[in-house]
Amino acid sequence: MKALLTRDLRLAIRAGGGFGLGLAFFLIVTVLVPFGVGPQSALLSEIAPGILWLGALLACLLSLDRILALDWEDGTLDLLACAPLPMEAAVSIKALAHWLTTGLPLVIAAPLFALLLNLPSAGYVPLVLSLLLGTPALSVIGTFGAALTVGIKRGGLLLSLLVLPLYVPTLIYGAEAARRGAQGLETSTPLFMLAGITFGVIALLPFASAAVLRVNIR
Amino acid sequence: MSLWEYANPVKFMALSGRILPWAVWLSGICLVIGLVWGFFYTPDDFRQGSTVKIIYLHVPSALMAINVWMMMLVTSLVWIIRRHHVSALAAKAAAPIGVVMTLIALVTGAIWGQPMWGTWWAWDPRLTSFLILFLFYLGYIALWAAIEDNDTAADLTSILCLVGSVFAILSRYAVNFWNQGLHQGASLSLDKEKNVADVFYQPLLFCIAGFVLLFVALVLLRTRTEIRARRTSAFLARERMG
Repeated sequence: MKALLTRDLRLAIRAGGGFGLGLAFFLIVTVLVPFGVGPQSALLSEIAPGILWLGALLACLLSLDRILALDWEDGTLDLLACAPLPMEAAVSIKALAHWLTTGLPLVIAAPLFALLLNLPSAGYVPLVLSLLLGTPALSVIGTFGAALTVGIKRGGLLLSLLVLPLYVPTLIYGAEAARRGAQGLETSTPLFMLAGITFGVIALLPFASAAVLRVNIR
Repeated sequence: MSLWEYANPVKFMALSGRILPWAVWLSGICLVIGLVWGFFYTPDDFRQGSTVKIIYLHVPSALMAINVWMMMLVTSLVWIIRRHHVSALAAKAAAPIGVVMTLIALVTGAIWGQPMWGTWWAWDPRLTSFLILFLFYLGYIALWAAIEDNDTAADLTSILCLVGSVFAILSRYAVNFWNQGLHQGASLSLDKEKNVADVFYQPLLFCIAGFVLLFVALVLLRTRTEIRARRTSAFLARERMG
């Protein structure tokens, strides 16, 4: 398990692209938004939590097809299927590696980008907390989508279409927690719901992803 | 004699062939009665005027949009557990009908909303839930279309349907939490007092029955088409083998 995780992490960091891509996309979104909506700081600080969450979600979406596609092409997945490691564990490790290379950098970079968007100072802790709780769900759900479309050539569009509705609850609670935090309101309810979704998908969705992968490898 | 006998395509074809004309005619009769009665022989509502009559399309289609997904969920489960091909094909056949029902509900709602709420669209929980349901249908159909091998496609779409159902329910509650709505609460229910006056209610029942029967007819027809397409391709494959 450890070997698989370090291998995936190394590949993501060294092979270039995979690691920086999400972060670069996040930067592009936050830098371009003020040009799109105007530089008024009041307006920016009002939409900042939503924009940051949306940017993080899209950055995750962008890197989803890398989770499994390369391993599928070079036959690593077939080897993993034969390995003593259960498929559920392999899929969870893949999702964890994706989160460590995409989700975690976004969480760390978010306060910096929040500065650019003039987020009120009360909003930083809820923003980081909601991203920290929410982005693992994005990775796990994304792995399920990637497993569904792994056998399809140029399945990127289909992957986005499949994952889009699955991301809705996470985005709603995450952005709501960040928004309430920015306005100085109570954030515990959306944060609890967000944590519930995240732990729920971490516990249950790997079974679906593994089942789907087994069908695809068959 | 059990239900599972009809998992046999030959038995299914025989039974569905006998039911199909009845379903078609009954649904036609119900729809004509319900719609003509509803559109021409009910009074205008004292506040909503004649726009109230869109209820005869909106309510049955919205009802079916959800129930079609439920049926797909059941047939997907049957496919995963018992591997009956007819069941997987029925789920495949139902999805395009469901997407049309969802679209009818959304469009008639927009047409009614324009004069009544002053807007075609609002990010109201019910409207948003239906939009998400629409996306689920599109993803499901696209996945069926994208995979060539029939059994793989059936497996993958069934699992998508199960996962999607859980997330559809999650979304419904998340959306409720996110925004308060314009849409009125449920008007029809089996266990509560009814909110719709009898003059409007009776034709509505005919319309709902008509939509249900229409769905039964369409899904049987489409499943029969799928079975025949399977038979044809099997036949062609055998020919090629010589």
